[in-house]
Amino acid sequence: MRSRRRLTPLDRIVVTLMIGVPLVFVVLLVWLPALSSVALSFSRWEGFGGLSSIDWIGFDNYQNIATIYPPFWPAIWHNLIWVGFLFLIPTPLGMFLAVLLDKEIRGSRLYQTAFYLPVILSLALTGFIWQLIYSRDQGLLNAVLGTQIDWYGDPNVNLWAVLVATGWKHTGYIMLIYLAGLKAVDPGLREAARVDGASEPRTFFSIVFPVLRPINLIVLVITIIESLRAFDIVWIVNKGRNGLEVIAALVAQNIIGEASRIGFGSALATIMLLISSVYVVVHLRATTRGEDR
Amino acid sequence: MKPRYVLHAFLAVMAVGWLVPLLWGLFNSLRDYDYTGTHGYFSFGGFTFQNYVDAWQRAEFGEKFLNSLYITVPAVVLTLFLSACAGFVLARFSFKLNLTLLGVFVAANLLPPQALLIPVYRAFRELELLNSYTGLILINTAFQMGFCTLVLSNYMKTIPHELYESAEVDGAGVSRQFFTLTLPLVRPALAALTTLQVTWIYNEFFWATVLLQDGDKFPITSSLNNLRGEFFTDYNLLSAGSIIVALPTLLVFFVLQRQFVSGLTLGSTKG
Repeated sequence: MRSRRRLTPLDRIVVTLMIGVPLVFVVLLVWLPALSSVALSFSRWEGFGGLSSIDWIGFDNYQNIATIYPPFWPAIWHNLIWVGFLFLIPTPLGMFLAVLLDKEIRGSRLYQTAFYLPVILSLALTGFIWQLIYSRDQGLLNAVLGTQIDWYGDPNVNLWAVLVATGWKHTGYIMLIYLAGLKAVDPGLREAARVDGASEPRTFFSIVFPVLRPINLIVLVITIIESLRAFDIVWIVNKGRNGLEVIAALVAQNIIGEASRIGFGSALATIMLLISSVYVVVHLRATTRGEDR
Repeated sequence: MKPRYVLHAFLAVMAVGWLVPLLWGLFNSLRDYDYTGTHGYFSFGGFTFQNYVDAWQRAEFGEKFLNSLYITVPAVVLTLFLSACAGFVLARFSFKLNLTLLGVFVAANLLPPQALLIPVYRAFRELELLNSYTGLILINTAFQMGFCTLVLSNYMKTIPHELYESAEVDGAGVSRQFFTLTLPLVRPALAALTTLQVTWIYNEFFWATVLLQDGDKFPITSSLNNLRGEFFTDYNLLSAGSIIVALPTLLVFFVLQRQFVSGLTLGSTKG
C-alpha cells in the first residue's frame, strides 16, 4: 500500500499495463473459453451458421452422455484406473527413490539422471518409444516373454501398457519433487529421531512425511491433473478408442473431424472442468498458503 | 550400519531398467531393417546410419524443426516477458486483489486444455488464427503463464524492499526498476524457466495437433506420425525418428540440467 501512494501517473499506467496485458491473455484465452464451454454444454449446435443457430436444450446433452453414449462410462472408469495406478505404483516408487537418493551415496547424481531422463521427453514421444517394446511382431516384450500379444492394440491389455509407459515418466517427476522437498527438511529432526532410537522407516513415516505435507499436496494434485489430462499417449496409440477411451480424447473426438457435435463435446468438457475445479482449489491453497495474512 | 551394496545394487538395477526403453530405441535405430528382419531383434549387427537419413527425409524433419523453432522461441519469450511483468506487479505492490489475481493466473495453468478446445477452436476459426503459428503461440503463452508467474513472483518477493526504495530515491520509475533492478536479479529463475518452457512447448502435442490441420505446419513433436506406415511400420526408422525428435530436449537437458531441475522444483517447493 505504501508504495502505491507514491506512484506517478506514468507509473500507474505502466503498472496497469504490466498486469493488465497478461491478464487479458489469460482471461481471453483460458477463462472465457472455459465459461463458454459450460454455456455451450446446454446447447445443440452443429457449428454452422452464426450464434443465433444455437438451440438451447437444457441438460439433454448430459443426459445423453450418461445414458446413450457408450464410451463415456468406460472413459470415466479408465481415468479412475489411471489415477489409481499412478497413486499406487509410480508415485510411491518416486518417493521411495527420492528417499534413497537423498542419502549421501556415491553416484547419486547418475542414478537421478537415469530416473528423470524420461521426464523431459514428451508423452507423445514416450508412446512412440514404447512401441518398440510393445509391438506384436517386433517388440522386445513379446520376444522376452515368448508371447504374441499386441500390447497397444488388444483392448484387454492396452490400457495397462499405456499406464506403464506413463508411469515410467511419472516416477521420475515425483522423485524430483520429493528430492527437492527432502533437502528442505531440517536434518536436526532426523538426528533427534535417530538418537531416540527410531528406525529409519519409522523416522520417515512419523517425522519426515508429515513435514512434507505441502509437497504431498502438490504431488497429489499433479497426479490427479496428469490423469485427467491424459491425452497425448492414447491419441498416438489409437486416438483414444478400443480400450483406451479417456475423457480428454472423447472431447477431442467430438470436435475434430466430420462429426462436430459442439454442444455434446462441451458437456464432456464441462464434466472435465468440474472435476478439475476440485484440485485447482486444493492446489491454489497449497501454493498461496501463508500469503493471505 | 547395513552394507551399502544392497542399496547400490537395487538402484543400479532400477536405473538400468529405466534406461532400457531408450537404449533399446537407440540400439535399433542404428540397425538395418532387413538385417533385424532376418536375424530378429535379438541379434547383433547390421549397423547403419541410413535410418537417420531416411527418417530425416521422409518426415521432412528439417522443415519441421524450423516449425518448432517458429513456435517455441516466440512463445517462450512472450511467456517469460508477460509472466515477469505480472509477477513483478504482484510481488512489488500489495493490492487487495493480489492473491485473487495470482489465483486467476495459476488456475488457468491447471485447467485441462481439452475442456477449452471447442470455444478456442471456433474463435480461432473466426479470427483466422486456425492453422497459424500466431494462434498456437498465443494459446501456449496463455497456458504456460500461470506457472511462470507463480514462480517469478515468489522469487521476486525475496528481493529486499530497500533496493526498490533506494532506486526510487534515485528517481527510477517503475519500468526502470523492473528492467534494471528486478530482471537482472531474477536471472537464475528466468534461466530455469527458459529451460523448462523450451522443453514443454517443444513437446506440446495437443494444441499443435488440433489447431494446425495443415501437416506442413506441424512442429516436430506432432509429425512423428509421418513415419508410421498405414499397414506396416519400420520400427528401426521410427526409432531413429524418435531419437532425432528427442535430441534437442536431451541436449538442453544435459547442458542445462541444473536449471532444468531447479525449474521443475521451484514451482512445487517454494510457495
